Amino acid sequence: MSDIIYTGRPVKFNNKVKMVEPPPGVEGEGFFVTKLSEVVGLGRKNSLWPLPFATSCCGIEFMATMASHYDLARFGSERVGFSPRQCDLLMVMGTIAKKMGPVLRQVYLQMAEPRWVMAVGACASSGGIFDTYSVLQGIDQVIPVDVYVPGCPPRPEAILDGFMKIQEVVGNESIRRRNGEQYQALLSEYGIQ
Amino acid sequence: MDMGLTNEIVKAKLTEKFGDALLNWEEPYGMLTFEAPSDLNLKVMQYLHDDGELGFTFLTDLTGIHYPDNKGSEIGVVYHLHNLAANVRIRMKVFTDINTPDIYTATSLFPGANWMERETFDFYGINFVGHPDLRRILNVDEMDYFPMRKEFPLEDQSRSDKDDEMFGRGGSYN
Amino acid sequence: MLQNAVTHHIPLPTDSIQKETTTMNLGPTHPATHGVFQNILELSGEKILSAEQTVGYIHRAFEKLAERRPLYQITTLTDRLNYCSSPINNMGWHMTCEKLLGVKTPKRVDYLRIIIMELARISDHLICNSIVGVDTGAFTGFLYVMQSREDIYEIYEEVCGSRLTTNIGRIGGFERNFNNIAFEKLEKFLITFPKVWKEFENLFNRNRIFIDRTKGGGPLSAEMAIKYSVTGPNLRAAGVDYDVRVASPYSSYEDFDFEIPVGTTGDNYDRFMVRNGEIWQSLRIIEQAYRKVQEFKGAEADVFHADVPEYYLPEKKDVYTKMEALIWHFKIIMGEIDIPKGEVYHSVEGGNGELGFYLVSDGGRTPYRLHFRRPCFIYYQVYKEIVKGSMLSDAIVTLSSLNLIAGEMDA
Repeated sequence: MSDIIYTGRPVKFNNKVKMVEPPPGVEGEGFFVTKLSEVVGLGRKNSLWPLPFATSCCGIEFMATMASHYDLARFGSERVGFSPRQCDLLMVMGTIAKKMGPVLRQVYLQMAEPRWVMAVGACASSGGIFDTYSVLQGIDQVIPVDVYVPGCPPRPEAILDGFMKIQEVVGNESIRRRNGEQYQALLSEYGIQ
Repeated sequence: MDMGLTNEIVKAKLTEKFGDALLNWEEPYGMLTFEAPSDLNLKVMQYLHDDGELGFTFLTDLTGIHYPDNKGSEIGVVYHLHNLAANVRIRMKVFTDINTPDIYTATSLFPGANWMERETFDFYGINFVGHPDLRRILNVDEMDYFPMRKEFPLEDQSRSDKDDEMFGRGGSYN
Repeated sequence: MLQNAVTHHIPLPTDSIQKETTTMNLGPTHPATHGVFQNILELSGEKILSAEQTVGYIHRAFEKLAERRPLYQITTLTDRLNYCSSPINNMGWHMTCEKLLGVKTPKRVDYLRIIIMELARISDHLICNSIVGVDTGAFTGFLYVMQSREDIYEIYEEVCGSRLTTNIGRIGGFERNFNNIAFEKLEKFLITFPKVWKEFENLFNRNRIFIDRTKGGGPLSAEMAIKYSVTGPNLRAAGVDYDVRVASPYSSYEDFDFEIPVGTTGDNYDRFMVRNGEIWQSLRIIEQAYRKVQEFKGAEADVFHADVPEYYLPEKKDVYTKMEALIWHFKIIMGEIDIPKGEVYHSVEGGNGELGFYLVSDGGRTPYRLHFRRPCFIYYQVYKEIVKGSMLSDAIVTLSSLNLIAGEMDA
């Protein structure tokens, strides 16, 4: 690492870059054969664009995750988008009240396939400490969820761990899943066509 | 800095103006507290606001309270007023019957009371007479009951997935 | 969802291009609204003619929940009010309980509380000011100060174990004494943070673009602020020097020497500068408090809570050996402690203004009524007035410079 002193604080440049393992396949001179789902999964999981749906305290921990100490950008999510039409991953962070439920559903419906949902925090997973008349007891009452991250609020390391689990899910997903019967049955349970 | 305005002076001026209508004078933890009849609330606040010596021009807080055992005056509104210059606080309570919960609005005097009254309406169902836009603010618009009243429970009763036995509330515990 | 909302097109003069205004929904999910609140705007071109607000998208029924829990369990609820500066909410609640129960805290506890509260105030203003920067397009300042917030979180972790929703302190003091690591981190923070803050100020304070974006936007006059019951930095930017720490000092604030920054016009730039000034004053208070804490020597340096066995859990080694401690432990955990009947109102200077707790107790183990006087909820009403006539992008900057925290607004 080379050190440069700039206004009193040393700056370090990282020369060690970690390379990703190629998926299992047959290699030859000028060609590489593997399953399409492996390549597509590899591409998708390292370039997820999250939509941070931050409602309360977990949103502040997300801001800490996005900042430079626990950088989320090194996992490929450099661009957090706020338009559901352009994003793959819906990260719901914070309590969802019954008033907010229809709004969350609208945002989910606007996302294009393939889409994944991560429920960050105890309130999004199950209602958290708020077992009251006005709080939705978990967002899986309105939308299907892939990964739940418990905690109140979860540490940034926990949010990153959840993100890595989503990457596992994305990388191993079959390309035919979204058109298959099981997935359509899941969506129809929620009343989504 | 003159220690001009004290709780005694405030009480003396209020009793001089309104006489026996104001009851239950107390001073819990140093804050002068009294109760006014429900139709005089705006007049008392107007007097406290306009009078040069009293000058309670800042409405700190407005909230509701429900005593189901006081038949005839179950629902109440509690106002906290503050004189910023002399640094004196005062608490005024107004009670009314739960079947006709009509209380005059304070928005003409304190525009900041607008949302505080909407919140009190949302939680207790108090009808603020003369409020420009009285509707629910925090709960969903379709809600048909007033949740902070003592007879309503905290949890959502329509859930079917909770196992009461796990929470110590089920049949074997009764 | 909004059947009763009053949304209407305002007819414009007949010689204008549009005949009536456009309705635009600055909805609950929006990149620029930091929190879930909705504004329905009536626009004539880019100019806003009226704004209709909807809140309650994160209403969690704190006040009803509080009627179910004994006093020390309500601290976890107060954390989640203004979650950017949770320790202030916690300390405010503990002071309300101490006022009701008649507990007097020793000086060392007061000074330690002040250190934690001022750190929380700094962390709240850091978020607000850096987000105002982000909304005007300047992302770098946000990344600089988030690192300083991590340093503050590390100090909280040494005292209470958690970062954001801290549940710090107990009725009568703290749960453990500040150890040497906490004081070392505090010293390091006091040395490194002023340099970072000076750098942040150099980026924004005299920056031509930033001043053009913020100056003149969302002006709030002192009369309107008092009529709408605004408190906190927004009121001080409008020109009224009301600060609860000075007006009704709590936790030994009267022993400290600090100033209150006050603005003149109450526009976005003034609010930004008032928060900047408050951070410098908070640093001053922390330095004085730290020096005062260092002066306690010997047995006094181990005092971290008031001597109230009725409300403060005794140490475990006493619980296992002494009968009295066992009885107190049992009574406190089962909630059979005697709370006097009565009502109390106590307020502290939160990050956004006067955070008040109105507690009515009927002698039972849980409060009969607990009401939080939430400054954000009360001063969000004034947004409608100050945004009339401004452009859409200025309305966004005004919204973020008011520092609206959704958790505090809806409770």
